[in-house]
Amino acid sequence: MFTLLQIELYKIFKRPRTYIAFAAITALIIIIQLGLKVDGKEYADFVLADLQNTLEINGKIINGYFVCYVILQLLLVHVPLLIALIAADMISGEANMGTLRVLLTKPISRTEFIIAKFLAAAIYTILLLIWIAVFALLASIIIFGTDDMFLVKNAYAVQIEKVDIFWRYIGAFCFAALAMLTVAALGFFLSNFAENSIGPIVATMSVIIVTTILSTMSIPLFNKIKPYLFTTHMVAWKEFFDVKVNDANETIRGTVQNADKIIRSSIVLIAHIILFVGASVWVFKKKNVLS
Amino acid sequence: MKNNFVFSIIVIAIVFPLIKLKAQDATVLVQKVKTKLEQVTDYVAEGKMKTDVAFIKAPVGKVKVYFKKPDKFKLKKDGGISLLPKGGISVNMRSIIETTDYTIIPAGDIVVNGIKTKVVKLLPNNDNSDIVLSTLYIDETNLIIIKATTTTKENGTYNIEMQYGKYINYALPDKVVFSFNTKDYKMPKGITLEFDSDLTPEDRMKMKNKKGRIELNYSSYIINKGVDDSVFK
Repeated sequence: MFTLLQIELYKIFKRPRTYIAFAAITALIIIIQLGLKVDGKEYADFVLADLQNTLEINGKIINGYFVCYVILQLLLVHVPLLIALIAADMISGEANMGTLRVLLTKPISRTEFIIAKFLAAAIYTILLLIWIAVFALLASIIIFGTDDMFLVKNAYAVQIEKVDIFWRYIGAFCFAALAMLTVAALGFFLSNFAENSIGPIVATMSVIIVTTILSTMSIPLFNKIKPYLFTTHMVAWKEFFDVKVNDANETIRGTVQNADKIIRSSIVLIAHIILFVGASVWVFKKKNVLS
Repeated sequence: MKNNFVFSIIVIAIVFPLIKLKAQDATVLVQKVKTKLEQVTDYVAEGKMKTDVAFIKAPVGKVKVYFKKPDKFKLKKDGGISLLPKGGISVNMRSIIETTDYTIIPAGDIVVNGIKTKVVKLLPNNDNSDIVLSTLYIDETNLIIIKATTTTKENGTYNIEMQYGKYINYALPDKVVFSFNTKDYKMPKGITLEFDSDLTPEDRMKMKNKKGRIELNYSSYIINKGVDDSVFK
């Protein structure tokens, strides 16, 4: 199994297209960091304009923690598309090249084969997230420094103390890993049904785009189906950046406002991963491999 | 007719000097408070600041407050972001009372927080002044301001309540509570990129509270030891 995984990883990282995602993410992060470095004050004034009618907000609003949050907000919507490029190619790519049949002549079970392939896609996904963490969080901390984090939400604003932030990012990245693994599992599942990569990649992207739109539209009809869409739960990483307050409206360090929402969404995403990977194993075991 | 005229003259003759006397008393009282405040040429105070605005979740933070005569005032949070009422905190008692160009109107006596106070209204004579009216509640015995209500052109009305302790001889409070009006807060979803809201109807009601409070609890003052001008930049 481990040898199989190594082979799959070798295949992933040998392909130039694997590095498109890393390059695209690096470029996007650098562009956002550059923009905020040059015009960060204007951005902060724009975001805080409503609050500044009442309050004077002093301090380093544009700091490394805030910049990382902005990057994640913008980036995590698009990373699924980059993950689909690899995950949706795992089976269909082999079928397209005609190597699938050859591979299955080896003395390994189809379950082992498919699990090894998914694990390779999962490792790629996690490495991509580590890459984002290094560039979006650590590089932003180095460039912009650290301070309290001041976030504006729809109905209120939250100030999180500097010492209370880093663990939230660890939690957020772990949750993002679950969300991205769900995307990888979906792409992987769809790659069972085609003999070229384009179909599953486009299908994965389409599913994500459609469900994301349904998740974000506040229409009563869609509100009923929202809890069942995995894209609704993928954004729950933001919940790490909201704190509870006591009766005197003071924030309580180390708390998360909707911890139950994070747990619920994690369960939903894990269930989706199990469902997609389980379905992939089931489909692949039944599959008549001709290519 | 003649009797009424004589009566009016008598009333004016008695009441007008009384009003004038009261106004003079109020002016003397404000002057005495001012003299007491003027003992302090500068100070650095340490304390804790609490922000209580319905639509803001903020932690209690350590702050340092710097003051230098005549009206330099700076509040710095110890490594963090500070939220202050717009224009309110810089218009501290000292800067209100330092101004000489105002008309003083006595407005009776009132008990504030169990302390008998003289109410004095200060009306700036300068039409360009941001302050429209200040009402001071002065403890005549200790010559300290217990409460002040200030109405400004730009930033609405705010109250400042002060509690005194060991620095009462310098008229420096241990606790200051700023109360101010807040405006509606609503952030477009396109900016926050949050498309669902978990707010309960109770939360929404709470958010509609239009009163904000900033509470400063001072733990220590360093008085008249000099403060560098660079602090206020």
